[in-house]
Amino acid sequence: MSPKLFAGIDVGASATKCMIISEEKEEAGSAVAKTGIDLAGDAKKVFEDALSRVDGGGVAVARIVSTGFGRKNVPFADASRTEISCQSLGCYFHFPRAIVIVDIGGQDTKVIRTDADGKLKGFKMNRKCAAGTGTFLEEISHRLDVSLEEMNALATRSKKDVEIGAFCTVFTGTEILARIREGLSREDLAKGVYKSVVKRAMEMDTLVGDVVLTGGVVAHNTILYDMFSEILGRKVLIPPKPQLTGAFGAALYALQEAGQPRLE
Amino acid sequence: MTETGQRKEIRAAAELKQLLTDYYHELDKAHSEGQKVAWCTSVGPAEVLRAFGFKVYFPENHAAMIGVQRAGEKFIPVANAIGYSPEICSYLTSDIGAYIQHWTPLEKAYGVKSIPKPDVLAYNTNQCRDVKEWFSFYSREYKVPLVGIDSPKYIGEVEDMHVDDVTAQFERLIRQLEGITKRKLDEDQLKGTVGLSLEATNLWKEILETAAHAPSPLTFFDGTVHMAPIVVLRGDRRAVDYYQVLLREMKERIAAGVAAVDGERYRIYWEGMPIWGKLRALSEQFAELRTCVVASTYCNSWIFDDMRESDPVRSMALAYTKLFINRSEPAKEQYIAEMAKRFKVDGIIFHDSKTCPHNSNARYGMPSRIKERYGIPGLIIDADLNDLRLYSEEQTKTNIEAFVEQMEVA
Ligand code: SF4
Repeated sequence: MSPKLFAGIDVGASATKCMIISEEKEEAGSAVAKTGIDLAGDAKKVFEDALSRVDGGGVAVARIVSTGFGRKNVPFADASRTEISCQSLGCYFHFPRAIVIVDIGGQDTKVIRTDADGKLKGFKMNRKCAAGTGTFLEEISHRLDVSLEEMNALATRSKKDVEIGAFCTVFTGTEILARIREGLSREDLAKGVYKSVVKRAMEMDTLVGDVVLTGGVVAHNTILYDMFSEILGRKVLIPPKPQLTGAFGAALYALQEAGQPRLE
Repeated sequence: MTETGQRKEIRAAAELKQLLTDYYHELDKAHSEGQKVAWCTSVGPAEVLRAFGFKVYFPENHAAMIGVQRAGEKFIPVANAIGYSPEICSYLTSDIGAYIQHWTPLEKAYGVKSIPKPDVLAYNTNQCRDVKEWFSFYSREYKVPLVGIDSPKYIGEVEDMHVDDVTAQFERLIRQLEGITKRKLDEDQLKGTVGLSLEATNLWKEILETAAHAPSPLTFFDGTVHMAPIVVLRGDRRAVDYYQVLLREMKERIAAGVAAVDGERYRIYWEGMPIWGKLRALSEQFAELRTCVVASTYCNSWIFDDMRESDPVRSMALAYTKLFINRSEPAKEQYIAEMAKRFKVDGIIFHDSKTCPHNSNARYGMPSRIKERYGIPGLIIDADLNDLRLYSEEQTKTNIEAFVEQMEVA
């Protein structure tokens, strides 16, 4: 009997991710691409891309679970689950104990609680607005006239604490301009901006116990890891491939549900 | 295989439609038939107005219809432009905006082209101050008197002093209406309307309580439709007649094992205002998830079982002061916890309605306290009653789906 594979596809607002795993829950292949307007097409492409990376090739995928905001737009998936359940399962796999997950994505931030048995206990999503999300960082990087990648490096060079007061993305943009006029450096402002991302997440819930930081924004902005650890006064946990924990969780669901009928 | 995602129509709905069509046509013809019209807030002194022979119109019902027809976004900005903030009650802003633009949802719903002009406006601030400001606008516009009751607010236990105060205000209101109508109140008439209100309210309560049965024969979404008579026809025999029919149908459903949501797996309590423009979409989502929203604070807000024909004024004062929205945070918490128990719910959805802080109870830590004290999980949804610009469909759907997934693993 040939080994079976299971796939999770996470169609996020900014990126579409796919993770294919073996029956042993090991990664067999993965891929990430920007989410465009054709969600179903993007999902298919990313899935095929991940599949082409599987060693040996030609192995059949037994079940596919989709997740993320475009989870209902993956016509070839066998079932779908919210990204909340998938992040919970994906992160718990790496840290099998009671955890509080902070998932910072392109367009929303979530705080998810998982108990010692891996059961989803509760969650909160940020409210409507982009403050504290990837979109917020992107907007501010325009203001600072640097690429998103450069902003992380810029912030790590800062030696000063700057507080950004505004909640709203647009107001923060205006505040940045005013502070530049006051003579503050871009390094310090960049750091202040990341700090505001951390603060937005901390306002959502009390982050007690083991905190796992995950999501695409965390994967690309490593300064967040240090900042969270510093503000919380203890090291936060980061799973391998934080951008893919949602897709990984979906793949774990596919494995759990192996043999179950396809859900329309 | 169970069919999911289907809304099960209630037979009595056709009768309801006729009842409301008649009601709005009567209001439309009132002046031409020599009758007077009073406007009243949804938990205002309807029984008194009816005892004086007024035809009674409820702007909140009208505003909710604007919401149902998803026209709020069109009219709210019109009211904003004349100085009514987008942060205040979106019933008020949709209704005033529609008035300025000479538009009414009654046309599409009942074939009535305009709202009835008021001869008097009567409010009770037991629900919020917005209703008073809303009615003040129309009092200035139509140059008609505004009368009402300014209720003591945020009450824990309702005490005699509260009831004394409101009773005195009801008595003043009666004197004012005697002045306006130039006739004395017929006390038997008032006893009659209060008696009818009590009868209708008791039936409405019995109907809502059928949802304690598992599977539930009705959903909160059905409730938001079938509550119309208890709002607009309190003190009118037709509300009593209608609820007898509806109650019979709910009992039949229970006897025949008919569930409002096929294959009901989970039961939810809805706290806060309905999201009027999204009732259908939400009810379909819950049906697909085989989850029934069985009860709500909202639909239960029109249970006034303290009314007594034998002591109409004082018992009205008690009933209209005691209602949920007028109470303290601990009183509300206790009420919600009791309801959750009675209806055997698996979770509570708190609708934090941006423009109605008065009927949003997730702002002072209630969901966390209820979780902690009673072990009932809660979910907060950020939305609004009428302003759909404040609603994110995707986020809300994901939140609800994840809440049900949380119940699956519990
Ligand atoms: S209770 Fe809320 S929705 Fe009702 S009138 Fe007052 S502010 Fe508006």
